[in-house]
Amino acid sequence: MAGHSTYEPQNAGAKWLERRLPVLSLVHGSFVAFPTPKNLNYWWTFGGIAFFVLVVQLITGIVLVMHYTPNDALAFASVEHIMRDVNYGWLMRYLHSNGASMFFFAVYIHIFRGMYYGSYKEPREIAWILGVLLFFLMVLTAFMGYVLPWGQMSLWGATVITSLFSAVPVVGEAITTWLWGGFAVGNPTLNRFFSLHYLLPFVILGVVMLHIWAFHVAGNNNPVGVDPKSDKDTVPFHPYYTLKDLFAIVVFMILFSWFVFYLPNYLGHADNYIPANPMVTPAHIVPEWFLLPFYAILRAITFDIGPIPSKLGGVIAMGGAIAILFVLPWLDTSKVRSANYRPVYRFFFWLFFFTTIMLGWLGSKPAEQPYIAWIQFFTVLYFAHFLIVLPVLGLIETPRKVPDSINDAVLGKSSDAA
Amino acid sequence: MEHTDTAEPSRRDFLYIATGAVGAVGAGALAWPFIHQMNPDASALALASIEVDVSAVEVGQSITVVWRGKPVFIRQRTEKEIAEATEVPIADLPDQFARNANLEEGADASDANRASTGKEAWLVMVGVCTHLGCVPLGESGDFGGWFCPCHGSHYDTAGRIRKGPAPENMLVPPYKFSGDDVVVIG
Repeated sequence: MAGHSTYEPQNAGAKWLERRLPVLSLVHGSFVAFPTPKNLNYWWTFGGIAFFVLVVQLITGIVLVMHYTPNDALAFASVEHIMRDVNYGWLMRYLHSNGASMFFFAVYIHIFRGMYYGSYKEPREIAWILGVLLFFLMVLTAFMGYVLPWGQMSLWGATVITSLFSAVPVVGEAITTWLWGGFAVGNPTLNRFFSLHYLLPFVILGVVMLHIWAFHVAGNNNPVGVDPKSDKDTVPFHPYYTLKDLFAIVVFMILFSWFVFYLPNYLGHADNYIPANPMVTPAHIVPEWFLLPFYAILRAITFDIGPIPSKLGGVIAMGGAIAILFVLPWLDTSKVRSANYRPVYRFFFWLFFFTTIMLGWLGSKPAEQPYIAWIQFFTVLYFAHFLIVLPVLGLIETPRKVPDSINDAVLGKSSDAA
Repeated sequence: MEHTDTAEPSRRDFLYIATGAVGAVGAGALAWPFIHQMNPDASALALASIEVDVSAVEVGQSITVVWRGKPVFIRQRTEKEIAEATEVPIADLPDQFARNANLEEGADASDANRASTGKEAWLVMVGVCTHLGCVPLGESGDFGGWFCPCHGSHYDTAGRIRKGPAPENMLVPPYKFSGDDVVVIG
């Protein structure tokens, strides 16, 4: 599918470079002449949108570090200094803090698109696994970034999440002490989080390259879920998808700007404008919105499971909620990729979507009834989707007839007519 | 390659494996400083001991002091609070150990074992929820003790976990009364 590059260097300089490092033909083969299914819809633009936001985060982040001070006595004030004194500091910080939300928003749509159209299925499992790894790295990076302003939510969010490791039997306490560099979250913790928050985005960038490489080996999936069979099924990536992606990015920028310029603190928490105080925990600790579904699952386990105490059970459930995504390609037993041809799966896909939205909403609620009971209900649905629905559905569902080719589907020769 | 085909391991095979093994041990030894540098440094480890004057703490009042970067609650409990804590059968407690650094490990979670020895009105404990490290709120929760707002753990008037996700009673730090009104923690 990757196709051999037809790139011929045109000028002397390009020829000289091509003989020594064929990077121009690599780019040409991957992002210019790359044969791409001609039926990709706008849901396919969110990979490019996510990459755009990653670049925004890298640039604004590097700028913020020029003015930020990673020290528990100075960090909060240095962020206020960025907001009040630094030229356009407010813009850089609001772009960066809202950029994190935009990044997750784009990536969640990207992930749901992959689930709806079965993009994780053979032969794109590695691309999917690298994608889940990217999501995990994003969660780590965002969590550490939220700690850096050293407000109340920074400190207590860091305390709660690092304390998760204390649930590990025997070595739990040693691990948390090691993570903190002390007996509580403090200056050593802030310093190491800063170091890693700067490092991880570059790791993400590297894994993004592998992610693209992996799905370029098999070629893009598409809404029909049938691999291209002839030249009639594909168009070159440039200009068709470079411009489609660019258009989508511009539309996305409107949403991004709306938050940055009109609702810059809407997605944050007011308590993070109170300097960190290790003596007082805010009445209601919530993570950022994009982590709420996982936070809800953490709180779902309020009972001991055999020898596993509830605290460890919650941590296992939360870790499992992400870990189970790694094996998704092997849990779905259906050979049909696209949900367009799987009427029953389509229902369960939307049920799963609804489940994650509800878990997100419940994750923002206090740890009281009736919320806990609803969290438990939706946590069961979350795991049942992967462990029961997907394996069983592939065996009992009768899919609609899949078109013979992308071209047939595009020209309306649908399976029903045939 | 050929030397691996012979039945007898050669002197060269031995040297390869020995060199690789020494290299692996060296890499492991070198990794340790890079891991250990993240553990608490000498300044954090310098075990701070603090003296607290509690003469102003009346019955039914508590104060919070800082010890090793963590809050420590010191409370002079009311008769009612002591009675409530004493009445609970130990078998009903989710965590039946005292978690008192001043007693032997495995001591049961009776009210006497949680409170200050010989001064049962006084309760001194690290004010950190044993679930995920938040600071619980005093005089609240279903058992009139402490309530952790993060994930809903309820502690009783002896700081013992009664309901919610926390696995253990709040820790009683090493401390002693020096005189009637001074508590030395650490």
